[in-house]
Amino acid sequence: MRKTLCITLLALVVAACSNSGVSTGSEPHAGPSASFPLIVVASNGPVTIPKRPARIVSLSSTSTEMLFAIGAGSQVVAVDDQSNYPPTAPKTTLSGFEPNIEAIASYNPDLVVFASDIKQLGASLEELKIPAVLLAAATTLADTYTQISQLGAATGHIREARALTARMRRDIRTIVANAPTFSGQLTYYHELDTTYFTSTSHTFIGTVYALLHLRNIADPADKPDNHYPQLSPEFIIQANPDVIFLADTGFAKQTASTVAARPGWDKIAAVANGNVIGLNDDIASRWGPRIVDYLRSVADALKSVKKAA
Amino acid sequence: MAVAEARERLSAIPLRPARLRVGWVTLGVACLLGAGLVGVFVGAVPISPVESLRKLLGFLPFVGPSHLSAQHEAILMQLRLPRVVLAALVGGTLSISGAAYQGAFRNPLADPYLLGAAAGAGLGATFVIAYTSAGAGSGLMPVAAFAGALLAVALAYVVGRAGGAGRTATALVLAGIAVASFLTAVQTYLQQRRSETLREVYGWILGRMSTVGWHDVLLALPYVAVGAGVILAHRRLLDVLALGDEEAESLGLRARRIRLIVVVAASLSTAAVVAVSGLIGFVGLIVPHIVRLIAGNSYRVILPLSLFFGGAFLILCDLIGRTIISPAELPIGVVTAFFGAPFFALVLRTSRRMP
Repeated sequence: MRKTLCITLLALVVAACSNSGVSTGSEPHAGPSASFPLIVVASNGPVTIPKRPARIVSLSSTSTEMLFAIGAGSQVVAVDDQSNYPPTAPKTTLSGFEPNIEAIASYNPDLVVFASDIKQLGASLEELKIPAVLLAAATTLADTYTQISQLGAATGHIREARALTARMRRDIRTIVANAPTFSGQLTYYHELDTTYFTSTSHTFIGTVYALLHLRNIADPADKPDNHYPQLSPEFIIQANPDVIFLADTGFAKQTASTVAARPGWDKIAAVANGNVIGLNDDIASRWGPRIVDYLRSVADALKSVKKAA
Repeated sequence: MAVAEARERLSAIPLRPARLRVGWVTLGVACLLGAGLVGVFVGAVPISPVESLRKLLGFLPFVGPSHLSAQHEAILMQLRLPRVVLAALVGGTLSISGAAYQGAFRNPLADPYLLGAAAGAGLGATFVIAYTSAGAGSGLMPVAAFAGALLAVALAYVVGRAGGAGRTATALVLAGIAVASFLTAVQTYLQQRRSETLREVYGWILGRMSTVGWHDVLLALPYVAVGAGVILAHRRLLDVLALGDEEAESLGLRARRIRLIVVVAASLSTAAVVAVSGLIGFVGLIVPHIVRLIAGNSYRVILPLSLFFGGAFLILCDLIGRTIISPAELPIGVVTAFFGAPFFALVLRTSRRMP
């Protein structure tokens, strides 16, 4: 489910001590051993975190991945029902889409991280005096780096967060440098579900494909208020994409052969040339550190693509 | 005074011959074919109508080869044509089933979902989407929807008949409402338990024609043909039934038996089309009434014309649904109500017949 399509606010991390002044910027300048209390400016504005959190509840599968990647996993006491990575995360029945404030409070959290402010979740947590950081869906990789830095500051893992973003940037540079470019002429269709919902270039995943110079067939259907259009099968066949990426391999169990069996799809270049590539749905719908792995598997798949002249 | 006024008003309604006129049938077939051709020619992707016709009529001598690209040919023959045929099948079936329900229950508000077919099919489909490993879009979904629809109608029939033979059709309708409410509640519960399935289920409930090929047409066709055949065979008996059960029985008919046969046939074909197209509201209720308003009150007229006009109506609704926000698609259930309701209001406003 893709419920949070909202634009991430330009978020800043402010590491503020009582009298050491305020520093701003996407990378916190505070020392690796930031002293609490501090203020994190997230999508829901400035949030004061009085002490180093030891009982974190994450209601966002992306934030869960980020928290564990920066070494804050041991401080996490509960994650939502969608947080299936890493497998060691303490998965519960809490839901980020249907948040139950009492159930969240019962974990006695000292920090709640969430991705969509459904049912006034943020305001309710504020009333209960529980620090809550909203990290809305990213639209660019820069947003991802910012959120990792914010979580680093909020949990006392600034150094690890900085190392993670540096590593991600370096890996992505290497992958892009070694990937075939096809002179920017390769077209693709990114399938979200079996009713042909897709994402345009103006989405997080769209910007990831753009790194590899791929052209999105859905861009003519892009609207300023909706970057996740539903395409008609006629349009997809006519657009004749060179590559099809399936982000509905998990729950909907789509494969190259189920795609080939759809009426008329055998005439699409991607299907005819065997360039239908199944990918991990979870990573494709999140904006966490594993996006590097996603980019790598896409780049690897491209190496075997032969563009028909 | 009031009686005289009523009599005068009644005499203002011209008496219609109950026979089905050739003119109406010709018009119905023409509408169906016309809508079908427009449906084949127009779509998200512009394809030359001349080349399309060449392709469609390629079996005739002297037509000449068509110059469509492989993609366009696939769009035409494997997407649009089966889709238009399926829309005609679904629209015709829902309309004739709706007319049959209205006749069998002598209730103008009856539609093919009256006895819980929609709720049962919805529950079956939700169950497959949410709980089976086969996932959405699998071959299991139409089977589950079909079974759910039939089970719901059977349940309503058993509940409605429990009080004994003397009960009226009203008891059956009330039983249908109870069964539908209960099954909808179960479906909503399942859906909430597995929130990631919400969009898939929601999309199914609004009706869809988008992912089909010839497969779905062939799946529904046998049930629809048998169901429609049985309903049409009972067109005269439904006219007699319209007089009331006692009058019908005084003429030697077994009203409850006829009702059972007609309802089973209508439910069977409704279940078959619901299974392949999801829930498309409004068609089964409104098309028979439009036919009634323009062509007369006899089921000998209403039933066959509902088949033609219902098919044409749904082809056009599907055409609007897949072109108006192209290249995206609008669920067909939205279109049927959005365009159908004002049209029905217009007919209701201008017609002088009794609805």
